[in-house]
Amino acid sequence: MSREITSKNIDDKLKQKIREISGEIVQQCMQCGTCSGSCPMIEHLDYSPRLLMALLQWGQAEKVLGSNTAWICASCHVCQARCPRGVEIPRVMEAVRLLKLRANVNHIEPSNLQPEEIIDLPQIAMVSGFRKMTS
Amino acid sequence: MSSTTDAATGVKPQVAAKMIPIFVMGKKYEVPDSLTIMKAIEYAGYKYIRGCGCRGGVCGACSTVYRKPGDYKIYTGLACQTVVEPNMYLTQLPFYPAIRATYNFEDLQGRPEEIYELYPEVFRCVACNACTKVCPMDVQVMDYIAAIKRGDIKAAAEISFDCIQCGLCASRCFAETPQYHIAQLARRLNGAYLTPRAEHLATMVANIEAGRYKTGLEELKAMNAETLRKTYQERELEPATAGDDWTPKDTRYL
Amino acid sequence: MKIGYYPGCTLKTKARNLEESALAALKVLGVEAVELPRWNCCGAVYSLADDDLIHLIAPVRDLIRARESGHDTLLTLCSMCYNTLARANDIMKNDAEKAKTINMFMDEEPDYDGSVKVVHMLDFMRDQYGWDKLKEKVKVPLNGFKVGPYYGCTLLRPKEVALDKVDRPIIFREFMETLGAEVIDYPMATQCCGSYQVLGAPDITLKISHDIIRDALAHGAEALALTCPLCDFNLGKRQDLMIGKFDGAKDMPAFYFTQLLAVALGLPVEACHFDLNRSSALGILKQKGLIKEASAA
Repeated sequence: MSREITSKNIDDKLKQKIREISGEIVQQCMQCGTCSGSCPMIEHLDYSPRLLMALLQWGQAEKVLGSNTAWICASCHVCQARCPRGVEIPRVMEAVRLLKLRANVNHIEPSNLQPEEIIDLPQIAMVSGFRKMTS
Repeated sequence: MSSTTDAATGVKPQVAAKMIPIFVMGKKYEVPDSLTIMKAIEYAGYKYIRGCGCRGGVCGACSTVYRKPGDYKIYTGLACQTVVEPNMYLTQLPFYPAIRATYNFEDLQGRPEEIYELYPEVFRCVACNACTKVCPMDVQVMDYIAAIKRGDIKAAAEISFDCIQCGLCASRCFAETPQYHIAQLARRLNGAYLTPRAEHLATMVANIEAGRYKTGLEELKAMNAETLRKTYQERELEPATAGDDWTPKDTRYL
Repeated sequence: MKIGYYPGCTLKTKARNLEESALAALKVLGVEAVELPRWNCCGAVYSLADDDLIHLIAPVRDLIRARESGHDTLLTLCSMCYNTLARANDIMKNDAEKAKTINMFMDEEPDYDGSVKVVHMLDFMRDQYGWDKLKEKVKVPLNGFKVGPYYGCTLLRPKEVALDKVDRPIIFREFMETLGAEVIDYPMATQCCGSYQVLGAPDITLKISHDIIRDALAHGAEALALTCPLCDFNLGKRQDLMIGKFDGAKDMPAFYFTQLLAVALGLPVEACHFDLNRSSALGILKQKGLIKEASAA
């Protein structure tokens, strides 16, 4: 990815928005990468949790919102449990998701689930999936 | 004094109704305080071409949403049943969009998954209870949705029994679910597939089909109007005080 | 001993094997689990947004129902319900401002102050019932049965609601040992199965769930013990999709921890609803001689 940062691509409100939603201060991250080393989804993310935190620190809204990272996150909290800086990264991921969901945009469409999937899915999967990924 | 009882008849004289202000869609009208919302709206000069059905509080066509001055709460009611209050702000909700899933009922078996397939959005419920709060029939809407989520179709059917499909619940739903359509499906599944069949009903239907009442009906059909009237008037009635062991004198059709 | 009990939605349908085995076992142990007369879905996941209180309403409402029913403690079996209810309770207890807003929103309910204690069956057994007492009740010790306890996420994280040490938990080991099983430790016992991503990213979820099973197998586990219906879906039912797709994938029997408890207490297999497990589950119990053939037939 391009990591060029210019005055044109910095969203200086991004950190504040994330803080308002999550209560977390992304600047507290010291980029140690423990989260990325712990994340069970790491090989499937286009930006690792560490890199996502960096992009947030740099106000790279477009990259953050365009990445799959928050949408693959399963809120397992292992990053939070191990973060030496006490950053509650799952909350940051939730805030990133909510930036999209609160604009009334669904990430998954309940209506598009196939009947053969719904027959098998336990209720707990749909309740949790819809909570995390629908607006 | 206006409340003095008439000495001759014992009847209180009719008092001219007190006029009160109400606001229909933001416009103020003076209406008699004894009217229902529906009559008050008509009194104010509106004509219902939709959003008015039975006028008896059972069809669910005339949902009203209103507020009262100095009160944040949303109030609801059926326009044909709710009496106007001074300074109420109201509007009629003749229809609120809610998608009713299409299904071939014969293909269903009464499993919870069948509801989930047709209405997966039921799992978006957050138990905010806005639905129950607006229900003009006092149905515990949130509770029947909770029952459906845990697969208890019977409970959902029972809890939603008084639903008149007015749609107010759907208008307030945080999860954007059409609760009343979901409940209707639950009641249908419960009635058709989950409730035990009544054996005596099946026996009786079989008896009818076998021609048990054929002679009697033919006799009635052959009567002229006068005989039919006489027969009707002279029919044997079960006395109001009859016990369980009462039987009619004519036992041909028992 | 009497305790309030919150089942959770899935336990009434696809995870009846979790609920029914637990209730049968608790009965034998002399614990009366009283289901709340009125309850709603807890939401399964805890809302992580600081400014989002609406998703706390559902679990708090259940806690109010527990309080109304006169329970000081609320027992859960599903680990996601446990996590959601326990965290919501923490907010009501420790965050006066949020608690006030939530109470005001639910103006049709009595105010709630976080005074109900939410427990999971595992910590209830450890802290209130006691391993020693449980051990005395075991009639069919699971001797020689190599079980890999799978914690998953929600019993251990975040630390505020953890049943045990977040990174080095032993509670599930202690439970299985009490039942007489040979407990297999494996590194991925606390790694996420993919959870709700079975909807958003089903292929990735399948892959990481398979990694967990492979890890447990590699360390010698003959079966997994689970606490959550979503883990059971990802690690149990979806094995059908793993076999043939991943090299070396093979069937791994998966049980709810309460089913193994019921077996160890000598309860009849009917109490366990093994028809809702993989068929290999009943198979391995027979093979190990832990259930009576007659009643299994």
